[in-house]
Amino acid sequence: MYRYDEFDASLVKDRVDQFRDQVALRISGEITEDEFKPLRLMNGLYLQLHAYMLRVAIPYGTFDSRQMRMLAHIADKYDKGYGHFTTRQNIQYNWPKLDEVPDILRDLATVEMHAIQTSGNCIRNVTSDQYAGAAKDEIEDPRPWCEMIRQWSSFHPEFSFLPRKFKIAVTGAAHDRAAIQVHDIGATLTHNDNGETGFTIYVGGGLGRTPMLGKKIRDFVPRAELLAYLEAVMRVYNMHGRRDNLYKARIKILVHEIGAEEMIRLVDAEYEDIQKNGALGLPEEEIARILNYFAPPAFEPLDETDTSYAEKLNGDLAFANWAKTNIAEHKAPGYAIVNLSLKPIGDIPGDISAEQMYAVADLAERYSFDEIRATHEQNLTLPHVKQSDLYELWQKLTDQGLATPNIGLASDIIACPGLDYCNLANARSIPLAQEISNRFADLDRQHNVGPLKIKISGCINACGHHHVGHIGILGVDRKGKEYYQISLGGSADENTSVGKILGPSFDEHSITDAVETVVNTYLGLREDGETFLAAVGRVGLEPFKEALYGTD
Amino acid sequence: MAGKSNKTLPPQVLTANQLFDGDVVYWREDGTWAQDLPDAFIFEAGAGIEAALVRAEADVEASKILDPYMFAVSIDEGIIHPSSVRETIRAKGPTVRLDLGKQAA
Repeated sequence: MYRYDEFDASLVKDRVDQFRDQVALRISGEITEDEFKPLRLMNGLYLQLHAYMLRVAIPYGTFDSRQMRMLAHIADKYDKGYGHFTTRQNIQYNWPKLDEVPDILRDLATVEMHAIQTSGNCIRNVTSDQYAGAAKDEIEDPRPWCEMIRQWSSFHPEFSFLPRKFKIAVTGAAHDRAAIQVHDIGATLTHNDNGETGFTIYVGGGLGRTPMLGKKIRDFVPRAELLAYLEAVMRVYNMHGRRDNLYKARIKILVHEIGAEEMIRLVDAEYEDIQKNGALGLPEEEIARILNYFAPPAFEPLDETDTSYAEKLNGDLAFANWAKTNIAEHKAPGYAIVNLSLKPIGDIPGDISAEQMYAVADLAERYSFDEIRATHEQNLTLPHVKQSDLYELWQKLTDQGLATPNIGLASDIIACPGLDYCNLANARSIPLAQEISNRFADLDRQHNVGPLKIKISGCINACGHHHVGHIGILGVDRKGKEYYQISLGGSADENTSVGKILGPSFDEHSITDAVETVVNTYLGLREDGETFLAAVGRVGLEPFKEALYGTD
Repeated sequence: MAGKSNKTLPPQVLTANQLFDGDVVYWREDGTWAQDLPDAFIFEAGAGIEAALVRAEADVEASKILDPYMFAVSIDEGIIHPSSVRETIRAKGPTVRLDLGKQAA
């Protein structure tokens, strides 16, 4: 894992001290809210329905037990004993008091964490594949590049006042687990014909009010030129992105309005200019220094399959059910990637208690080379677990309520905080997620349905990624009442697609029935082995519309 | 229009969030802020709204509260019911955590 150098440490400490002064000025009334708001947002502090909310970044989703214990400590000491993992590899605290926020940030800084650039019109927390450095299908670990982007983009003066927020995701595997095509910039690590490492760059993806898929604007950017190329993209956006209309300010609108060809032309011209005038190259020794932080842990030489693990799979159905969905293949023989579900049946997606955080920290230390990952699907991952430890780990996770065997199934629902917490929301998301989860609680039924991603947003800002849910649900407000619109066929992997809206919305009492009708319709029409997403792709919306709304 | 009544307007309540902790507060008749909706002053038929908003703005200037605004309510047997789900949730707390927010007190 990356460790702060003296520059990182002093930057973060200085920012905490600065913010402490700013909070004091605000509380004493020396600065107004209009003056303070941009300052607090730059430090991840929002005002929500009931209280302030602090959003803390987990850069590219990677953290360790020391950091997890600090997150637990903050939940206990300053908040209400829990945190909420978001869809952007951040954790949110829902109840901090304004005057205590500088103390929270000070405590976070002691474990090399912060809330800088988790809000505002800047480059946000860089996100990545939660299986980075562990996945069997990985070309190379994307995290060193995420870290280089993090260092470059932190407090970058030229990119601190962009037209709008800016999100970058990087993956290093063929199977996209980081939803890169719905980010402002998505980068896929790749090798060229000479075996050199570089990146394929997508620009202009995003969700929100106007969902767009990123357009590929460069097949191969050599790794040493990554930052220079990103700088060219950022400059084009900074220059041409719209500042006259909040809803048209994201880079996706620029790319859509001028077209991918023109975007490529502008970026290429800027890139050429940058290279002529002294591009920001990444020196090989600096690349090597950062790569070194992410060197694989010392895996033991093991057989491909551990015999005791195989025996337990045959002997314990509950364990086998958990392993079936919650374990992924590891690149090192005899190891596994373990997913911890933060979606217990009927519970709040992404929420975790301080006690559970402490437990995860202990388990990561003992079983996973002290590494933890936060996923954009609001779960956690222990990336490097010996197969021979899986059974014991599963028992301990079960004791903590962290072993719900549902990763990728109907009850593994993404839900934004919605109207229960969020100032922007039009409708609640969490209670609907809970009701759907309860409806599909039966594990045999979930297995029968197969892979199904249900994603719920409480407003058009789409924090719950509803556009890319196999079943997407969007909460809308109608005269102060909550209604929910269903879309089908969205996906956020390497075959990203935006779902299509089915028809008129449903009220809070009928939406879960409607989702069940959609699922039952799929079960009735699927072909052998056909997933929900594949079936929707084959038959389109009509059979589902007919089941929900009748023929006329 | 200040202080004049408008019979078509529903009863309303003036709300804001406290600067210190973001907690939801409601305007009382005496111009102070209450923590709980039952203690809120009810503006009938639009009367007194403009004057109250001016005073609330002074509390914004004084760094006591943030973002004051009016919302519609109905009164049933003396109990104030917000007309929107949003204000109902603000008045109580998250519907998914009954142990948190004002409802927990």
